Amino acid sequence: MQVYVNGDTVQLNDGASLIDLLQQLQLADAKIAVELNESIVPRSQHQDQALHENDRLEIVHAIGGG
Amino acid sequence: MTSIDTPLEIAGKQYQSRLIVGSGKYQSFQQNLEALEASGAQMITVAIRRVNLGQNKDEPSLLEIISPTKYTILPNTAGCYTAADAVRTCRMARELLDGHKLVKLEVLGDQKTLYPNVTETLVAAQELVDDGFDVMVYTSDDPLIAKRLEDMGCVAVMPLGAPIGSGLGIRNPYNIRMILENAKVPIIVDAGVGTASDAAIAMELGCEGVLMNTAIAEAKDPILMASAMRKAVESGREAFLAGRMPRRLYASASSPIDGTFF
Repeated sequence: MQVYVNGDTVQLNDGASLIDLLQQLQLADAKIAVELNESIVPRSQHQDQALHENDRLEIVHAIGGG
Repeated sequence: MTSIDTPLEIAGKQYQSRLIVGSGKYQSFQQNLEALEASGAQMITVAIRRVNLGQNKDEPSLLEIISPTKYTILPNTAGCYTAADAVRTCRMARELLDGHKLVKLEVLGDQKTLYPNVTETLVAAQELVDDGFDVMVYTSDDPLIAKRLEDMGCVAVMPLGAPIGSGLGIRNPYNIRMILENAKVPIIVDAGVGTASDAAIAMELGCEGVLMNTAIAEAKDPILMASAMRKAVESGREAFLAGRMPRRLYASASSPIDGTFF
């Protein structure tokens, strides 16, 4: 299946969960926050959160800013 | 010395330093960290942005360099032009920082001036306060709006001294004075400071603190400027507490008039 991550398309195996996606992107251990279709997915739920075709995800982190 | 200062208190936490710094525009994390240490600041702003997919995976992240256990991290909503985007950014920041409630709200109105969009700022502030956030809010130097933001429950009100990144200094000290006169929460000048004397002026007016980024990061020597800002904020605060002499139009001799031998 295909999902959108930060505006880019990412291919995933059918039935993949959020943690599978984060592992594929090498972000499983990163200090990030995830939004799925504009709702935050708490870190404690990454393991169980199912993904579906055309889901839209935003993955953010902290960078320098004033 | 008679006046012993009390620490700056924001959302129930005390800070010995009254200088809040940004983390943008530095040449490296190392330079940022050295400037932070030289500034003595205990609170530092960060921005929330998309991760770059597939790039620089081994590069350390900002929060690995600037420890959230040592410093209070103040996530901002820079780049947001609507209340909805700002609220969404704050919720992402809260998740990112494990439930951390303190945020710097800024809703911008225009790319050229980066002036706050006050109407959107009011909407976002209300929504964030209702959602349990501790909101430090960037706003214009309008005393009525500052009071309204305080009444809504913002934990600090942060009027600009001049446009963000302009370095023009405190352009309207009389408005800052009017804001201070009515305030019961900390008033922190955010934006406009260009050099140490600007920070001292903000503190001499009676502000509880100063927030700056570009004045340090864009100095030729950011680490030395960070040290200068630390001293300026401290000396401005002491001068405020000491109470300045009145201004007079004409001279007042410092040496006695009596006892001259000529």
